[in-house]
Amino acid sequence: MSGNTIRGSAAIVGAALAGLGEAPGRSSEEIAIEASVKALAEAGLTTRHVDAVFGSLPGNSNPLSGLLIAEMLGIQPKFTDNNRTGGSTFLSYTQMAAMALKEGLCETALIFYGSNQRTASGKLISSVKPFTYEAPYAPIFPATSYALAASRHMHEYGTTREQLAEVAVAARAWANLNPAAFMHGPLSVADVLGSRMVSSPLTVRDCCLVTDGGAALVMTSAARARDLPKKPVYLLGAAAATTHMNIVAMPTLTETAAVDSGRRALAMAGLRPADMDVVELYDAFTINTILFLEDLGFCKKGEGGAFVASGAIAPGGRLPVNTNGGGLSCVHPGMYGMFTLVEAVQQLRGEAGQRQVKNAQLALCHGNGGVLSSQITNILGTEATL
Amino acid sequence: MTAALPASAAWTQGPGPDLVYAQYLANNEFRIQHCRSCGKHVYYPRLACSHCGSVELEWVRASGRGVVHAVSVVNRSADKGGPYNVVLVDLAEGPRMMSRVDGVAHDAVRIGMAVRARVAAGAGEQPCVVFDAAEVAA
Repeated sequence: MSGNTIRGSAAIVGAALAGLGEAPGRSSEEIAIEASVKALAEAGLTTRHVDAVFGSLPGNSNPLSGLLIAEMLGIQPKFTDNNRTGGSTFLSYTQMAAMALKEGLCETALIFYGSNQRTASGKLISSVKPFTYEAPYAPIFPATSYALAASRHMHEYGTTREQLAEVAVAARAWANLNPAAFMHGPLSVADVLGSRMVSSPLTVRDCCLVTDGGAALVMTSAARARDLPKKPVYLLGAAAATTHMNIVAMPTLTETAAVDSGRRALAMAGLRPADMDVVELYDAFTINTILFLEDLGFCKKGEGGAFVASGAIAPGGRLPVNTNGGGLSCVHPGMYGMFTLVEAVQQLRGEAGQRQVKNAQLALCHGNGGVLSSQITNILGTEATL
Repeated sequence: MTAALPASAAWTQGPGPDLVYAQYLANNEFRIQHCRSCGKHVYYPRLACSHCGSVELEWVRASGRGVVHAVSVVNRSADKGGPYNVVLVDLAEGPRMMSRVDGVAHDAVRIGMAVRARVAAGAGEQPCVVFDAAEVAA
């Protein structure tokens, strides 16, 4: 590929998880650092190699966590990015890291996340304060915002609660193949429909988990990546798009900015949706998966419900989606974006065990932040796809 | 097009749109903003037009007419007051706002329902705009 792009210029050379599910007695910082140390170790690098740090911690526990985690690890970075766009943020860190690496601003980038929200508070730790013009009506943040979008999708396209439930059922089927997933065991459409209603049409099984967990990635230039122990996973495309912050300001409730981020990320990679072997979508709620399948071009607008109900995204289906079990059944420690990336890396390295997608060469990861607000798409590939 | 600032600096002075809006509500008035530059209406209140960027926004009385665009019922437990609806309403003037529909069963609110605005008590102590089902007018 020619042209002014970051396609293939940087690679992920280390990827690790920590504290998945429950990590009693451990702080968010400690979970982030455990993941960081593990990711550096598998990359064959140490903290002394790291000269750029990207990351954030949940809520307002420490908004300057980009500084804090670097300090705790004894890193004095040349480049620090503590950008916050919600759970999508991490897919912008990979983009920024690739840009900084390509421009020679740094040589080794560490990307981190850690959260102890489950054992510390038992509920979602949100970074968002109630909005003046929504708070009087007491929506549950963020579930009611997604529920409103779901209600509109059902109204316009005839999407059903059963079809929403199929997303959760497929995620659980993948989780059952992943020993690291928090939720295991059978889950049926009837189970999802019969579970506690949170904010209609979404039941508790249409909503992501509340878990602890952390993850870290190490990125370096493509040239340097080839000398490191792990099979490099290259960033082939990345793009972000934002339409709003609060659900009242979302231009079209049934179409997200993933239309735009996906199109540009795929264009940078020179690829089409049909080229993807594995797809990791930020499934904060079941409606997300349906919206993103449509908006990213895996099916037509309005046909996401039928697409998931056909079994397409479940193990054995024609499009492997959320192969770790997703935010619905694997892990959701407040911000999930990192976990789409780590799972894609494991799939592209062929390290995904029982849930391994055969001969996976290309992955699309998609992050969502706020309430369908920030949409960021990354395309990852093996050396064969460069 | 050149974005010209208004000759008067009035828009940089005095209480901002959040406070002005709240003062209207306290007087039982539902007002929204109208952009003198592009002619569109703005809600929620802002200092600059979200359509064109102009600061030439004026306060106008909302017609109060709207249509339910989306609805969710929050499943609050009975001991805390039971379920309640949260809606997005498209105002006749164009903007969309979050609100609730009063006076009907929580599960009877439908997308497409015509509704009419009223100033009422919010979840906190501040007043807020809610809606009632409207008589279907010709």
